[in-house]
Amino acid sequence: MNLEIILFIVLALVAVVSSVAMITRPHPVISAVFLILNFFALSGLYLLLNAQFIAVVQVIVYAGAIMVLFLFVLMLLNTNKEDNIFKQNKALKIFAIAIAVLIFAQVAFLIFFSSPSDALNSQVAESVQSGTIQQIGTKLYTDYILPFEAAGFLLLAATIGALVLSKKKFE
Amino acid sequence: MSILEIIIITFVKILFIITAMLLTVSYSVYFERRISAWIQTRLGPNRVGWEGILQPFADVFKLLLKEDIVPEKSNKPLHTLAPFIALFVAFSTYAVIPMGPEVTIFGYKVNLVVADVNIGILYVLALTSLGVYGITFAGWSSGSKYSLLGGVRASAQMISYEVSMGFSIAGVVMMASSLSPVAIVNSQYGWMWNAIVQPIGFITFVISAFAETNRLPFDLPEAEPELVGGYHTEYSSMKFASFFLAEYANMIIASAMIVTLYLGGWQVPYIDKLGLGETLTTLIQVGAFFAKIGALIFFFIWVRWSIPRFRYDQLMNIGWKVMFPLSLLNVVWVAVVLMIFN
Amino acid sequence: MTSIPLEYYLILSAFMFSVGVTGVLIRRNAIVVFMCIELMLNSANLTLVAFSSFLGNPIGQVFVFFVMTVAAAEAAVGLAIIIAIFRNKLSVNIDEINIFKW
Repeated sequence: MNLEIILFIVLALVAVVSSVAMITRPHPVISAVFLILNFFALSGLYLLLNAQFIAVVQVIVYAGAIMVLFLFVLMLLNTNKEDNIFKQNKALKIFAIAIAVLIFAQVAFLIFFSSPSDALNSQVAESVQSGTIQQIGTKLYTDYILPFEAAGFLLLAATIGALVLSKKKFE
Repeated sequence: MSILEIIIITFVKILFIITAMLLTVSYSVYFERRISAWIQTRLGPNRVGWEGILQPFADVFKLLLKEDIVPEKSNKPLHTLAPFIALFVAFSTYAVIPMGPEVTIFGYKVNLVVADVNIGILYVLALTSLGVYGITFAGWSSGSKYSLLGGVRASAQMISYEVSMGFSIAGVVMMASSLSPVAIVNSQYGWMWNAIVQPIGFITFVISAFAETNRLPFDLPEAEPELVGGYHTEYSSMKFASFFLAEYANMIIASAMIVTLYLGGWQVPYIDKLGLGETLTTLIQVGAFFAKIGALIFFFIWVRWSIPRFRYDQLMNIGWKVMFPLSLLNVVWVAVVLMIFN
Repeated sequence: MTSIPLEYYLILSAFMFSVGVTGVLIRRNAIVVFMCIELMLNSANLTLVAFSSFLGNPIGQVFVFFVMTVAAAEAAVGLAIIIAIFRNKLSVNIDEINIFKW
């Protein structure tokens, strides 16, 4: 057992437990807290994968901006907790869990029987290089400049859309 | 250097930083009280020790002895977690701030920074964006309407000002062409301080820093006349002290960030041309770093006791309609400067 | 890096994705449903980063960057829609938002 495996197990456990806790807690704010925990575990996993830039951006964008927005709306609307997640509509719940298990089984089947790692022959040095901000920045501003501009435009459109939608009256 | 030596050196650095932070935080509380008293021609705390110099210890002792009251309607785990988040975020930001140049102590080459991370600025941004959680959780979990209002205000305010803060930092990063704080300080050699090269960015960053640390004139989340105590209304004893310490630690971090990004960090203009010894030069540089931070802390306190609080809509208007365009303008300005001089 | 097989990351990601699907189907609060979608997006991100890192190719991480941009835009617009619905119906329960059924 080396340090990496221990770290992976701990982070994966946090991710699994927090994601399950997120969908089973009745109160939406507590769900949000568990989702934030999940994002942190993911950020740690990205660090293990040598993707340092994505790890930091994960914290800044997801934990620092998107989830604060969610919490802000939750506190603004002050919605009550769903006491009856498990009581009402039993059939739907069983159906939902069945579907989820089916999806998981399907993906797991694919992963184990196509053994994706056979196709890989990567060196560690290469993967350390690929996660640096220089590498990603170079890619973003050369090969992917058009999607990058499109993403910027999308953000602008989203900002204006959110502003218009949350206005009290349409004049 | 072997791994053991690196671990020991890092450990010593962390120990030094934490001790220095705790002392400066408690003494900045003392200085805040003395300076506010001086501004208002009062006396201020002057009984415990010489001129009240032991007052911080008396305060901590008093808070430790108080009963820890947790409201019945609160969400207890979150109510306990919130002050820890606030303190953790405030103290761990300091890891990437360089205090001095590379020095040689007992034959070891030591960088006077705990962790020279090449994405240090992003690390600081990530941590400051987490700081809002301490306040938001505190506000929501207390189960009190004043706390909730404080928490809602804090989250809106901090998200808004983070935008202009990020864009101000973008200007600095463009100048240094690096995200490492060490490289940013090194790029400000001589009089090439970012405060002089990009004054608009400096002003927007300082104002955003005031808003991010919830200091007056932007202390809406805890405005006493309207919200009792804001997000920490329902806190007592050491949990309250944690918020209090976190607030002052944030103020020191903000000062250290302003110094690192805009006021040349530990650089003293052209001191290496004077021909002083290496040890003396280093000592002066480290001293200059702390002197700059001290001056900024005094500025923070001075502003707090001189300027009244903004109204909430004014705060949002300034954030989105003034600071945000100005910080964008600063990015354009830096780009133009870089194009002309490179 | 080499000590943890790629499959572990993929299984973890698949598990999180199925949890997200379950959440979307069983929760009734529109905001929580939204958060479950964010969870699914994140599990997809984990797969992308894992492959990118194991192949030594940054393109996967560039793609994750775009996914995050889209997620941010989606969160802003989606939450604005939820607030607008709350103004009209005073509820964010998706069972009560059924006016299009008629």
